[in-house]
Amino acid sequence: MTAPVRFTLDGVQVEARASETIWSVAKRHGTVIPHLCHADAPGYRADGNCRLCMVEIEGERVLAASCARLPADGMEVSTDSPRARAARAGVLELLLADQPPRDMAPDPESRFWHWAESMDVRSSRYPQRTAPVPDASHPAMHVRLDACIHCTLCVRACREVQVNDVIGMAHRGIGSKVVFDFDDPMGDSTCVACGECVQACPTGALIEAALVDERGVGRDESFKEVHSVCPYCGVGCQIAYRVADNEIRAVNGRDGPANANRLCVKGRFGFDYVSHPHRLTQPLIRRDDAPKASDCDVDPADPWTHFRTATWEEALDRAAGGFSRIRDRDGADALAGFGSAKCSNEEAYLFQKLVRTGFGTNNVDHCTRLCHASSVAALMEGIGSAAVTAPFTACADADVILVTGANPTENHPVAATFFKQAAKERTLIVMDPRGQALKRHATHMLQFRPGSDVALLNAMLNVIVTEGLYDRSYVEQHTEGFADLERNLEEFTPESMAAVCGIDPDTIRLVARTYAKAERAIIFWGMGISQHVHGTDNARCLIALAMITGHVGRPGTGLHPLRGQNNVQGASDAGLIPMVYPDYQPVDDDDVRRRFQNVWGTPLEPAAGLTVVEIMHAIRDGDVRGMYIMGENPAMSDPDADNARAALAKLEHLVVQDLFLTETAFHADVVLPASAWPEKDGTVTNTNRQIQMGRRALEPPGDARQDLWIVEQMGRRLGLDWHYGGPAEVHAEMQSVMGSLDNISWQRLAAESAVTYPCEAPDAAGKAVVFEDGFPTDSGRARLVPADLVPPDELPDEQYPLILTTGRQLEHWHTGALTRRSHVLDALEPAAVASVSPSELRRFGLEPGARVRIQTRRGHIELTVRADPAVPAGVVFVPFCYAEAPANALTNPALDPFGKIPEFKFCAARLERSETASAARAE
Amino acid sequence: MRPDNPRSTRPRHPGSGRGRTRHVPRGRQVDADALAEIRTLLDGQSLRRDLLIEHLHRIQDRFGCLSPSHLAALAEYMNLPLAEVYEVATFYAHFDVLGDGEEAPPPVTIRVCDSLTCRIMGATELREALQRDAGADVRVLRAPCVGRCDHAPVAVVGRRQIDRADAATALEAAHGGRTEPDLPDYVDLDAYRQAGGFRTLERCLDGGLERDAVLAELERGALRGLGGAGFPTARKWHIVRSRPAPRLMAVNADEGEPGTFKDRFYLERDPMRFLEGVLIGAWAIEAEAVYIYLRDEYPAIRSLLLTELPKLESAGLMRHTGMHLRRGAGAYICGEESAMIESIEGKRGLPRLRPPYVAEAGLFGLPTLVQNVETLYWVRDILEKGGDWAAGHGRNDGVGLRSYSVSGRVREPGVKQAPAGISVRELIDEYCGGMQEGHTLKAYLPGGASGGILPARLDYLPLDFGRLEEHGAIIGSHAVIVLSDRDSVKDAALNLMRFFEDESCGQCTPCRVGTEKAVALMSRPVWDEPLLSALAQTMADASICGLGQAAPNPLRCVLEYFPEELE
Repeated sequence: MTAPVRFTLDGVQVEARASETIWSVAKRHGTVIPHLCHADAPGYRADGNCRLCMVEIEGERVLAASCARLPADGMEVSTDSPRARAARAGVLELLLADQPPRDMAPDPESRFWHWAESMDVRSSRYPQRTAPVPDASHPAMHVRLDACIHCTLCVRACREVQVNDVIGMAHRGIGSKVVFDFDDPMGDSTCVACGECVQACPTGALIEAALVDERGVGRDESFKEVHSVCPYCGVGCQIAYRVADNEIRAVNGRDGPANANRLCVKGRFGFDYVSHPHRLTQPLIRRDDAPKASDCDVDPADPWTHFRTATWEEALDRAAGGFSRIRDRDGADALAGFGSAKCSNEEAYLFQKLVRTGFGTNNVDHCTRLCHASSVAALMEGIGSAAVTAPFTACADADVILVTGANPTENHPVAATFFKQAAKERTLIVMDPRGQALKRHATHMLQFRPGSDVALLNAMLNVIVTEGLYDRSYVEQHTEGFADLERNLEEFTPESMAAVCGIDPDTIRLVARTYAKAERAIIFWGMGISQHVHGTDNARCLIALAMITGHVGRPGTGLHPLRGQNNVQGASDAGLIPMVYPDYQPVDDDDVRRRFQNVWGTPLEPAAGLTVVEIMHAIRDGDVRGMYIMGENPAMSDPDADNARAALAKLEHLVVQDLFLTETAFHADVVLPASAWPEKDGTVTNTNRQIQMGRRALEPPGDARQDLWIVEQMGRRLGLDWHYGGPAEVHAEMQSVMGSLDNISWQRLAAESAVTYPCEAPDAAGKAVVFEDGFPTDSGRARLVPADLVPPDELPDEQYPLILTTGRQLEHWHTGALTRRSHVLDALEPAAVASVSPSELRRFGLEPGARVRIQTRRGHIELTVRADPAVPAGVVFVPFCYAEAPANALTNPALDPFGKIPEFKFCAARLERSETASAARAE
Repeated sequence: MRPDNPRSTRPRHPGSGRGRTRHVPRGRQVDADALAEIRTLLDGQSLRRDLLIEHLHRIQDRFGCLSPSHLAALAEYMNLPLAEVYEVATFYAHFDVLGDGEEAPPPVTIRVCDSLTCRIMGATELREALQRDAGADVRVLRAPCVGRCDHAPVAVVGRRQIDRADAATALEAAHGGRTEPDLPDYVDLDAYRQAGGFRTLERCLDGGLERDAVLAELERGALRGLGGAGFPTARKWHIVRSRPAPRLMAVNADEGEPGTFKDRFYLERDPMRFLEGVLIGAWAIEAEAVYIYLRDEYPAIRSLLLTELPKLESAGLMRHTGMHLRRGAGAYICGEESAMIESIEGKRGLPRLRPPYVAEAGLFGLPTLVQNVETLYWVRDILEKGGDWAAGHGRNDGVGLRSYSVSGRVREPGVKQAPAGISVRELIDEYCGGMQEGHTLKAYLPGGASGGILPARLDYLPLDFGRLEEHGAIIGSHAVIVLSDRDSVKDAALNLMRFFEDESCGQCTPCRVGTEKAVALMSRPVWDEPLLSALAQTMADASICGLGQAAPNPLRCVLEYFPEELE
């Protein structure tokens, strides 16, 4: 610990902490020195280029930039000397000379104008240079370089904070210019529209397009700020809505534990869906003359072909009446419910409670089944807990970071920023069949053959075991089953596996040694690991890697399945799973069940319920007849979607509660208009186990209602005596049955916005890294489970020679119900697209942009093809968010036997030029 | 298998349906042919990040320009972001970065030196004549000082410098394909060793000389940094040596201060003496490697170093350190030591904020000894002849020998080895054969463009470090430009300010905007003196580096000493 530096600031003796700048010390003592290029925000290095924060240091020839200067013992600093004041005013006058007039500025309330005003620099005596032309090429952001002061905050934002590396400062001197790539229009550049530059810009030269008029002039508007958390992915970025007239005009990132002010394109620009004209504003009941059919297609803008409006009374009576009719006639197990990982913890909890107590069945599940069910199965089996052992920000403490089966720059963009930053100084190993943006940052990029995860991972384990690189004492103290694992690994030599996975033995050895020999190594994985029939095996291998090397339970180590939905962790914790109650307490455990019966005051079904895909099968078999679906869209998200739709259409009674008339709602009997995330209060739990507070910023439109209210009403109509005064009361009840919520009260969350669980005291921070000494298994040890090679369920053959793999795109969320209704996101990715490598396209005689037809044994779709060098030969990638060409019409519903997760990542397919398109051209 | 299901592709979707999807991933795509060309060109070359500028040179040399497709391919090949490659390429004047679809420049470029000495010797007329007569296959550009002010005006055809140029000679060379420089007549390794060269280095390497003794001798010889700052050399070596290893050495051969040509003078004649100094310096601070940063305007010197350095290597004279020769790319600012370090790292030449000083955290973040060419040139002589020999020179209280680059209105311009502290009057009369016929001394620049402009009445001041500051001037690199009664000092100041505007890196406000505003204000027939004074103060006080801090010196001198020119 270095001694504090003592120096004089404006005649007063002060102390500076380690690496505290003059500017920061001054701020701490109540003097905010004018500043423009200094962000004073996490992740932003001081650059000292604008020279607005100049101070005078006794004995120095020139002035110093206080933002970048560290004080020294005995230094005499004056922030207010005439010379320093003159220099600062001089600098501001120089900058002001080239600014547009304030009433024509893109942001008249910018930090620049704030300082001009408070320093009383009203005009400039200097001649103005010729103004650069504005660039309105991007749908989300407007570029007005006439307001640019070359402070490089946007460059640092793009290159050092988000590490997207699009913005540069080109040319030099007065010709210096902020450029995107090669001075390309922003809209044509590699920009991923994270908007970090917009948030950083002190003048509005880069600004949200929504905040300026067509000339790029700022609108005269004042905002109310509401602090909340982003509803898109599992990263859980904290946000501040900027609200005017009951509309979210813009969003800023806040300094949350998972995002440090950063956001991605969805979290910054993807909120206008809440006011989309398709929004459901009143309850709908299916018209008697609108028969159900699997190909039922309703226009969400004009649902009147199939639906009529109803009052809430009628709709709720009809909805609940249908359920009680089936329950009383066919038994509780003829009902099922899908909750949603998009909803809050409180909503998830109440929904599963409704199904378990109101319906009387455990047939309740949600999309975790489609995401990480296999990871959960392997983790529960191996270490007795399915949550991450360390947050993704732990990558900063690791020496080696292993990312496999994940494409975080697309799917967890803000988590990816931490990986990219860490990779500047640490070893990053990326293992994925598809190339990706992380590749450029990776020390080792292993593009192995699709579906050969176990081969590659077992070969790595083989190297670690045979070369004695594992941690003997850790294995002895904290694991069991090593002998079986060792025996099983014998045949998985790098030489024998190279032919299977396509990675040469030397590389396998190098990577295995790098991981094993690291002081601290951490593993991140995504659905490339989980969405296979061998998904559980894949995860078992990763667990074994971490366990035998002892890379768990310490800073910079761990196992982290990157959770997909914003609240998939919380919804799972809350019991939205057919075999467990909240906190993963098994429904078939008599003691557990008795406890829940006592708290909930109803008898409970002892048998585990059905999972997502099993429920669809049960509908087809006539076993399940009524369903309540809150915020999920299985018509788009389930594998073999045509069959899923057929099942939905077959239901005697389907109630869908959602914001829009989704593809699932096409088949509904009753549609209940629900509330969007910015319209309600509630907590969500991100991938890091951080429970965060979402706050209401808007009034729901029309007669749309809070989800919690709707579920409660449904409960009352199913005979439950429910009287919840809102989410706080539900949260309190959850605390009574969930040990994981100990010390995490609603009030605490309201005050702190985020608390990590587990948490040992009401005033203590939660535990970020867990399992430093053993695991919550019966033996206290981690169980090592050997994995064998299981081929994908459907291999390519002559008829279907390609591998189809599915996933997400940066701009679109899940089935697209929200993001395709966002103006910016729709503009960026407007239509269905399949990605194929350029060489493969040439082989098929196709040009980029050609209309193609992709056929599998389950169906076909037609869409545009994109030439993408990241996709390996022999593979077609299709995002599953496009209703006009639903990828899941093609996918294979074969399940992993443990996690019951479908094999979304692999099936055999055929690609050909679309005949309809050729025919159309011929005409 | 089920029959085709026509329902799979649906007309309805939640999107607006207004846009068309991209046919390729976001942004610029890499052209396969361009990538193949870059692969071939850089085959066997290291792809280290710091070699970006070297690789850009290879492409510029090979293709005559940097096309977007080649730049994108280079970015891909070196695993760098597009923006990073683009911002570096566009920073340096010697790279011709093309826009999409833009045609490559003509095969031959003639650069006409536009610096003050050439300017008063007729560079403008030369450039206009060239532009008039060049034709389509020759491009004529304005260039900052090319370091041959004693032969002004100078045109550079391709890489070939034409002294006392006229349009006809230059165009003859251009059309005759004579675009490469002649190798100067220099003392090569053999000749140098035969005359006793490198024995001192060998003594150092063999233990015959102690490091402390070497430093003590340099201190006795009062050797100072002759790049312009005048920092005592022995003290600098001591500071760097005291920093934890690994340490590096960087040699500043980016002489660019208008009016300065002494480093070129020595490198062209006696490069071994310089290299011996380099290698002794590297030994003294135990540098892992030496990086020599040579300005791109000196291609002949580059050729001779490329010839000689491998010979030194084979002779075992570099057994204690690594050696890298790096090529500048046309940026005056890279003569500033931290900007030079950035450039060696393959980046734009932006000066760093100090502290930390480069001796603590320099090249690649390591403690770095940065020395100018001439400083190292003197090391051998001081060690062999003794510090007292060196300290025995001097006049007007100055100590040591200096190399003054004298140009302008004197009879015999050139590099003049003269005692430190000599006055301009003495220098002109004793070393330069007096003023040119018909010219009377009116003003002089003691230290190039940055050093200010002093009036003839101050012709007695000692030209040495620390002696001119009270008069608003600095000696800097000892580049003395002599102006006469036929020259306009006001015009000279504008010429110099334009130079700073061109060469400002653009990083900080006072310099980037200040030079531009100063040029605009100084181009007006009547100067706004209070505003220019205020601007000068802001630039001097608030700029990051010496460029911006010193840029107003000539302007201030006009206001101070030549008010009659403003009437």
